[in-house]
Amino acid sequence: MSRKLSEQEYGKTTSGQLRKWLDGDQDLLLGNVEMQPQKPFEEDEKTKKERAEEKKRVLKKVYDLNNNRQVRVFEKLYRVSCALFCVLLLAMLLMAISQLPSIGAAERPVNNEVSRRYIEDGLQETGSVNIVTGMILDYRAFDTLGESHVLFIATCTVLILLRIDKNKKKELEDEQNDSVYEPQNDVILQTVARILVPTIVIFGIYVILCGHLGPGGGFSGGAIIGAGLILYLNAFGFKKTERFFTAKTYKKLSFCALACYSLSKCYSFYTGANHIESVIPLGTPGAILSSGLILILNICVGIVVAGTMYTFFVMFRKGGY
Amino acid sequence: MEFVQNFPFFSILISLFSGPLCSVIGGKAARRINLAVITVIGAMSAAVLNFTIRSGEAYVYLMGHFPAPWGNEIRVGVLEALMALFFCVVMFLSMIGGSLERTLEIETEKENLYYVMVNLLLSSLLALIYTNDLFTAYVFVEINTISACGLIMIRQNGRTIEAATRYMIMSLLGSGLLLLGICFLYDMTGHLLMSNIKEQVQLLHASGDYHIPLLVTVSLMSVGIAIKSALYPFHAWLPDAYGYSTLSSAAILSSLVSKGYIFLLVKIFYRVIGFDIVRDSKIVNVLFAFGVVGMIMGSVSAIKEGNIRRMIAYSSVAQIGYIYMGFGIGTTAGVIASLYHILSHAATKSLLFVAGSGLTDASGDSTSFFDLTGAGYRNKLAGVAFTVGSLSMVGFPMFSGFISKLLFAQAAVDSVYYKLLPALIALALSTILNAVYFMKTVIRIYTPAKREEVQRRGFRNVTVADQKAKSVALVCFIVLNMALGLCSEPVVRLLREGLEMFA
Repeated sequence: MSRKLSEQEYGKTTSGQLRKWLDGDQDLLLGNVEMQPQKPFEEDEKTKKERAEEKKRVLKKVYDLNNNRQVRVFEKLYRVSCALFCVLLLAMLLMAISQLPSIGAAERPVNNEVSRRYIEDGLQETGSVNIVTGMILDYRAFDTLGESHVLFIATCTVLILLRIDKNKKKELEDEQNDSVYEPQNDVILQTVARILVPTIVIFGIYVILCGHLGPGGGFSGGAIIGAGLILYLNAFGFKKTERFFTAKTYKKLSFCALACYSLSKCYSFYTGANHIESVIPLGTPGAILSSGLILILNICVGIVVAGTMYTFFVMFRKGGY
Repeated sequence: MEFVQNFPFFSILISLFSGPLCSVIGGKAARRINLAVITVIGAMSAAVLNFTIRSGEAYVYLMGHFPAPWGNEIRVGVLEALMALFFCVVMFLSMIGGSLERTLEIETEKENLYYVMVNLLLSSLLALIYTNDLFTAYVFVEINTISACGLIMIRQNGRTIEAATRYMIMSLLGSGLLLLGICFLYDMTGHLLMSNIKEQVQLLHASGDYHIPLLVTVSLMSVGIAIKSALYPFHAWLPDAYGYSTLSSAAILSSLVSKGYIFLLVKIFYRVIGFDIVRDSKIVNVLFAFGVVGMIMGSVSAIKEGNIRRMIAYSSVAQIGYIYMGFGIGTTAGVIASLYHILSHAATKSLLFVAGSGLTDASGDSTSFFDLTGAGYRNKLAGVAFTVGSLSMVGFPMFSGFISKLLFAQAAVDSVYYKLLPALIALALSTILNAVYFMKTVIRIYTPAKREEVQRRGFRNVTVADQKAKSVALVCFIVLNMALGLCSEPVVRLLREGLEMFA
């Protein structure tokens, strides 16, 4: 620091003093104002002892939960008010529901032009024989896009919570790892699984692929495939499943599926909003390759759902794969 | 249709897409992508804001090939674009402000998952801001809830797991009530699109049909969102969630997540039910009462708190109380004051969190109030920033908090007589209580600590060069705060215009 004044002289100027105060070296009030120095806190042994005993007594009385009257009264009051509140809420909701339009009546407000168009024009406009699929994957595809991301983010949260670091995993003793005690190579389970797993997975694929032709779709088919994978895992153990399915595979698969979903919907939203004719043909209703993008979207949703189910199971059982 | 009008849709899709993308790449690349996404979306929102100001009217954007009651749609006006831009700015600053803490507190293998959460959180906030469909809003409320849980528990210690569990339970209760409300509305009106519901509800209100279910619906939705945004009696999850999570999570949660829900409530009041019906239903009076109580009780809890992070968190309870009091006044002026307070609180609270962490860095990472003695000298910039934030919270002129208090007071004076006095008294009382705990802290950080004590504990001085990212964030936050405080007129005008376009 270049300074004409010496350190000592600088310290006496106003800026020097301000600097000192800023650095916390000097208290400006100290020495300039009449002050009584703070006395150190002193007490004799007797009061110290008394205070400690007093504190102990108070703590004992407060935390003696069995004999503490206030706590007991509070707990009773709490329970009673809880019950009262629930009854009140129940009565309120029941009253509100009793005044709603009755179920099944023809003049319900729900039977309006919205559902009429879904039912009457759904087949022509979406090309999907299954109107429900046409509704969730074409009319209201934005909601379903959000919903499949809900599944994805739920898996990510479970990964955050339960995934065990690979370095830490070695420290974990086998004692704590309760999967050691699970029965391995159960013959009955393996035999049944050998027959069932392919059937389940093929059925799941069928449900996904025919989502636009009949009951089914990505969500239900994905759940079926996920169940099949879980059965396979239980029968044959992690060694076999990890050959083809790990956390990395899951992330890549669901990224591809969600990206595919986002991009295809990006195209159809963009063309829709800008009133550009979409080039995707709807095909003949009833054929497997029909109804525009719905088949692809169903496959994407199915992959995400199956991966999510399987990952949940693995995370809760082992904490990493 | 101009190309700019596509930008809201692009920003939702980009942030949705970048979420899964971050899960397959490494932590460092994910961090860069995250910052880039926030910047791009901020720039897009600014363009949209510019466009809507010029065109002077809101526009509807189809999400698909089918028009509104059959397909989904989003609706963009000045208010929505302003909120989106502001949320992006605050999120960007919070992310760079907390980057150091993230590297220390998050396991390296899980770092990319953090950015998955942040990107999807951003997309859900944008969707909540823009959507014109009640069910789409619910879907993105789910994403919002889950990602907020992830943000809390990514720093894994016992307190955050507990906090995340509490948050999950309370927040799901809120979501459930909101969903019940949506079901009731759908049953009565047969629509999910906001504008169509409003038409039907106006008819129902005029004919007097379904009076009780309508009342129950409004209250279910209000209570649900009040729980999710931590209005006073439902705030038990808040101090732990904000106090122990990693810095950028705390800043984002306090300044954005709860505000997104409050914005949804404004939307429900104005675009779904109609504000005059809400006012007639007397729900606003209940919100007013809870808001007033929250203003006082939040500050009282903050005074008792000895942990600086939790103190700042409790202060949020009081500020949320302010916002609900503004709705409760039941006039447009009150709602504008609340909207302004959303902006002001978002700018100030994240500033306080970042500055508070700067102070604790200079005090050996201890959040205890007494260890902060003299921290303002050891980390000068954080000290100044904390002082600015505190003055703004207390309502000192030149800073944003002053303007929002002024707007609240003006709104209260113009309202009905039985709300005038409670609102003004609560404002005055809450200001004094704010001053008690914030000024107490400011005095504490500028009380010189004893030399020996500092050396014994090994407190080090933190300079700007040590924490470049945090310092940049702090300076930007201070500028943002003073900009809101000094040039409030254009912002308030934008809010007023936006609210007119909003309904």
